[in-house]
Amino acid sequence: MSSNIVAILYLISALLFIFALRGLSHPESSRMGNIFGIIGMIIAVFTTLMFKSVLSYYEIGAAILIGGAIGSFIALRIEMTALPQLVAAFHSLVGLAAVFVAAAAFYDPVAFSIGKVGSIKTASLVEMSIGTFIGAITFSGSVLAFGKLQGTISGKPIVFKFQHFINASIFLLIILLIVLFVVNQSPTIFWTIVIVSIILGFLVVIPIGGADMPVVVSMLNSYSGWAACGIGFTLSNNLLIITGALVGASGAILSYIMSKGMNRSIINVVLGGFGGEQDTSASKDNSDKIVKQGNAEDAAYIMKNADSVIIVPGYGMAVAQAQHALREMGDILKKEGIEVRYAIHPVAGRMPGHMNVLLAEANVPYEEVLELDEINHDFPMTEVSFVIGANDVTNPAAKTDESSPIFGMPILDVEKSQSVLFVKRSMATGYSGVDNDLFYRDNTTMLFGDAKKMCEDIVKSLSS
Amino acid sequence: MEAHSSEVFVIGLTVFFLACIIGYYVVWSVTPALHSPLMGVTNAISSVIIVGAILAAGPQGFDTSKIFGLIGVVLASVNIFGGFLVTYRMLSMFKKKTKKTKEKE
Repeated sequence: MSSNIVAILYLISALLFIFALRGLSHPESSRMGNIFGIIGMIIAVFTTLMFKSVLSYYEIGAAILIGGAIGSFIALRIEMTALPQLVAAFHSLVGLAAVFVAAAAFYDPVAFSIGKVGSIKTASLVEMSIGTFIGAITFSGSVLAFGKLQGTISGKPIVFKFQHFINASIFLLIILLIVLFVVNQSPTIFWTIVIVSIILGFLVVIPIGGADMPVVVSMLNSYSGWAACGIGFTLSNNLLIITGALVGASGAILSYIMSKGMNRSIINVVLGGFGGEQDTSASKDNSDKIVKQGNAEDAAYIMKNADSVIIVPGYGMAVAQAQHALREMGDILKKEGIEVRYAIHPVAGRMPGHMNVLLAEANVPYEEVLELDEINHDFPMTEVSFVIGANDVTNPAAKTDESSPIFGMPILDVEKSQSVLFVKRSMATGYSGVDNDLFYRDNTTMLFGDAKKMCEDIVKSLSS
Repeated sequence: MEAHSSEVFVIGLTVFFLACIIGYYVVWSVTPALHSPLMGVTNAISSVIIVGAILAAGPQGFDTSKIFGLIGVVLASVNIFGGFLVTYRMLSMFKKKTKKTKEKE
């Protein structure tokens, strides 16, 4: 095939990827978008297989089959609540793949037309080492994020002295190593860059706490894109550059949206350490305040007599796998003629859009699921807010208490509804470590217990 | 593919910045409800890096570079199949619920 035909086929594939993202502007067009993405990928792979230099079809075919079987198996079996971990794991693979492609280009530059062993072009060396660096960071950062999300590693931020100084020094060391690598093209230095970058990836994610994971997962998404870009520049391949830039931009925007949802700068999140220490003084203040406690029957009674209910789900709902029981509860209320809607905070859950997927899984129509901006002004006209597994995102202290660590964070105004039902395991503080004043208000009823069990019990009392 | 000259690099840079701008506008148009599927899709398409892995695995015979290439192909394939499939699963949930609940009503 002539290089022009190759370029055109790659262009088609890049355009299909853009359409794949564009399709996600609406649930109805999104499935077509996904199909565009698949077609784009098939075109990209087959075009590459047509290259004259590509001859080992059996080995490549076998590799695709092995990888494809593993990927399909995991994707079909994964629980929707475990999506954040899965995405983190997948990011780590993109990072690792980037490292291997860069290594392959370094060991066999002829196959990529970037020079000969020992005399690779300088520009290619720079691009290659940057791709390797970002790829390796993406790899180890994602592995750690996976561990934190899966619960294998404590979700608590781990902070130690001189952390940022150490990270900055390692970064400078990597730049130095890249310069050395470009000058003498030594394999030892190449692998040193890989190892040091892997260490840096771990150190970058280690101080970041569990509930900041939506930002981290989005950031790693972005990195995996930039890694693909780096490799794209190494191979002078526009398809890789375009796709990498799309993914990089996507991850960057998601990180921005997520940190805005917490009223924190991306830098603040990246520096980490947030939510580690429990603010004991705040909880002491409230120790003598009275909490009104209720049970499932009370909740069923309150909601049955309401006209409108807004449900506010949070990570706790995902942990308890309560989405199906919750939807059942919503269905019964709707049959009673009560308006039921769902309010989603941008940072609810452990990845962007996590709650939406879980509610969709439980067959909640997406028209009933609204974003913060769309629904926040409706709380004053709402009789009951049903908060399940969320805490900080409803805390009015974010609006009033300047000394609060979450001050300025946009919150769902549940306190403006006539009554608030709070499903919680215990009185423990949320991830921010801040006590929620809402618990002690007269119009709040606390429903202590497992979120799923509570919903099931409410369903029982509603039906009886 | 041609030799790596500064011209090729500048073309790459042009493509890069234009793609960033396209990405910026396209991603802002994605509805927040579909941010999880967005991560799934971007994850799958970023594995287009498989193109580089195939080139490395292409030549006959066995050497270091080819082994790296094949590992790259396996890793990227996990992502391509996994990413598109998990996105498909997510998106089909956004479809079926509208119909089902309407039937129920």
